[in-house]
Amino acid sequence: MIRPSAVALAALLSSGAAAQTPTLTVYTYDSFVADWGPGPALETAFEETCGCDLVLVAAGDGAALLSRVRLEGARTRADVVVGLDTTLTAEAAATGLFAPHGLTPPPLDLPGAWDDPLFLPYDWGYFAFVHDTTRLAEAPDSFEALVAAPDDLRIVIQDPRSSTPGLGLLMWVKAAYGADAPRIWAGLAPKILTVTKGWSEAYGLFLDGEADMVLSYTTSPAYHLIAEDDATKSAAAFSEGHYMQIEVSGLIAGSEQAALGQSFLDFLLSDRAQAVLPTTNWMYPARTPEAGLPAGFETLITPERALLLPAETVPGLKAEALAEWRAALSQ
Amino acid sequence: MARGALAISAVFGAAKPATFVGVAVLSVVLGLLTTALLALLIRAPGLSALTPGDWAAVRFTLLQATLSAFFSVALAVPLARALVRRRFPGRGLALTLLGAPFLLPVLVAVLGLLAVWGRAGLANNGLAARGLPRVEPYGLGGIVMAHVFFNLPLATRLLLQGWARVPAAHLRLALQLDFGPAATFRWIERPVLAAVLPGAFLLVFLLAMSSFAVVLTLGGGPSATTIELAIYEALRFDFDLGRAVQLALLQIGLGLGIALLLLSGGVAQPVGGVPAAVSQWPGDRAGLRLLDGAVLTVAALFLAAPLVLVVQRGVAGLAAGLPPGLWSALFTSLWIALAAAALTALGGLGLAQWIVRLGPRAARMAESVGLLLLAASPFVLGTGLFVALSRVADPFALALPLTAVLNALLALPFTLRLLVPPLDEVERRFGPLADSLSMRGVDRFRRVTLPVLARPLGFAMGLTAALSAGDLGSIALFAPPGVETLPLYMYRLMGAYRLDAAEGAALVLLCLALALFAVFDRVGSRVSRA
Repeated sequence: MIRPSAVALAALLSSGAAAQTPTLTVYTYDSFVADWGPGPALETAFEETCGCDLVLVAAGDGAALLSRVRLEGARTRADVVVGLDTTLTAEAAATGLFAPHGLTPPPLDLPGAWDDPLFLPYDWGYFAFVHDTTRLAEAPDSFEALVAAPDDLRIVIQDPRSSTPGLGLLMWVKAAYGADAPRIWAGLAPKILTVTKGWSEAYGLFLDGEADMVLSYTTSPAYHLIAEDDATKSAAAFSEGHYMQIEVSGLIAGSEQAALGQSFLDFLLSDRAQAVLPTTNWMYPARTPEAGLPAGFETLITPERALLLPAETVPGLKAEALAEWRAALSQ
Repeated sequence: MARGALAISAVFGAAKPATFVGVAVLSVVLGLLTTALLALLIRAPGLSALTPGDWAAVRFTLLQATLSAFFSVALAVPLARALVRRRFPGRGLALTLLGAPFLLPVLVAVLGLLAVWGRAGLANNGLAARGLPRVEPYGLGGIVMAHVFFNLPLATRLLLQGWARVPAAHLRLALQLDFGPAATFRWIERPVLAAVLPGAFLLVFLLAMSSFAVVLTLGGGPSATTIELAIYEALRFDFDLGRAVQLALLQIGLGLGIALLLLSGGVAQPVGGVPAAVSQWPGDRAGLRLLDGAVLTVAALFLAAPLVLVVQRGVAGLAAGLPPGLWSALFTSLWIALAAAALTALGGLGLAQWIVRLGPRAARMAESVGLLLLAASPFVLGTGLFVALSRVADPFALALPLTAVLNALLALPFTLRLLVPPLDEVERRFGPLADSLSMRGVDRFRRVTLPVLARPLGFAMGLTAALSAGDLGSIALFAPPGVETLPLYMYRLMGAYRLDAAEGAALVLLCLALALFAVFDRVGSRVSRA
């Protein structure tokens, strides 16, 4: 824990001053607040010690979340935002709506260092193409192999304009192939069955047997294994490496509950909170809890190379990558 | 008490208050629309020019909406004729179920369609078993097919209502004169089609124009981008509020243009109940019976197969058990549906009473305003109102009422379409008599207007309630903490790997939508008969 006494004291003082239970409003994405998501357990745990009322507000997915905060601007009711990712943090920082978190994070179990003054990671994962081993025994082991795969292999991906995994794939191809990205997209185009609005539709199509592979996460098979006792789902390891999604939280500038918000960010990296995330959010915790990862996670593939473009270069690359994507897929 | 009575008589009675109420309702509608657009424009830093991609989206929107409307309406003609000419067991049930596809939550329907037409679907398995190549229902063809699935039943229902207005005397006369199929078509059917088809085409066109999830799921890629999708992109991805507003205005302009074009003939909009099957249809032949049988079979398979699969998978999902939250989500959706139905009935009646007292041209203008709402982007409307409201009030506290209001707004065009023609007829036929008896207010509404209006009103309220129950769009924009509607609950289940549970929730949602529709529709019919 970072500065527990100071943080607790600040929280205590602010609650005493208000002479009533303070409310901490957290904006996050839909699947976070669901009954089966991490929200309920984290809320119970945090409220045990904070002397506050934690209110989780769902606002669509990650991209929709940022739009919502921008739409509300300085008048936003949010004190904390949980669920942006590294393809969005530079844009989020540019809005000026976020305040430095002011915390010195404990050592994180992330591939690579973390030194963002505004945002703190709470979990992360690798994007990957997931397939059903009973339907597709030999999965392609690279983008090149996917391009060269038999004609009838079909993948389903998400629209980068409306979904964070979709945008992640754009960055993945860009990070792996750079100026050569248009060639990969042109090769992928005939393999793409359809492009869906969000992750849910794409994954639904995959589970229904419409597509052979779906863009998701290396951790997706863990859900099927742990929650459904189904070991048939697998993520294909790509030799180019896998692009990372690091999910972060941040404080809203000018929040009246700044100290409380800070203690929530701190709490998210606590052992108790981190232990909740793997089997509710189905991602890797930013700090491996003392008890280790849940049984089943050891079966997941570990990419040899972790790809991640520096967050500040993403906004510049996004327009270019989107234009390339659109041109290749409009043929 | 006195004020209440005055308000009631204003809605239901004398001429002057009708003007007042009509203008008031219209002002509220236009006010909400302008507020939404202005709220976004004020927040926009400036207006950026539309890109070539936006214009490609406009072209694709017009193309897919035209094809969707054409096929829906063209296929509805033989289906409606078969339904009106033939009596068969289960006809009443078939007519009620005809409402089902239109009332289906889009996401559920798409999964159902794919279960039949998808790469792993029934139809493709059949093709593959015969060694034929598989079809892939993605791209323009898939979009049009899904729109036909949704809208063929609606167009059929509108045509049936036209047929219901053919006077029985005409049919008897045609029988006595022994009309052949050609003469029957010319003298009986053609006038009905001429009166109904433009309106039906327009309705499907507008619905297909603002369709979003179907296009995005079945479109296959960025070349299938519609204006609605470009708006979504501008709002959520580029955060370019100015462009979103421009695109929304463009869509409204296109919708209005098409509406004026199609309705400029001033066609009478026939509305009535669903006709009972006639015992004998003029110009009937054995060949026609075969043809009708074939049409009914194909249509039943096309419309029912996806529904059957949705039900089958839903039952499996329900049997496996649903996570907590189902009941409160069901209750919230019911609440919104009933509120939206009540609002649209009040607003629709208020507006319709005023419209029928206007001259024909003014009436058409006023009704076009209603139609304009169909072309209004729900995203822009919802986001704009959210921005505007959050300046003056707690948007969370208003989220549910606002969702009901938005749903009522989006259903207002249907309601007007359904209410204005019969109301017009009542006023023309019985108005002078009622005036001479000084019959006004509640009494006049109960004795003169309601018997005729109950049926279309029940239909309109049923439609509104069912569509509101299945609507994901507006609530997803500003759901308050801890509040879920049934579609949102379902969508969140899907977003957490729980496809089976989501399919169970989809079945509950389907039942809710159908039950709401059936109850309002039946009550309407019963009141009109009483």
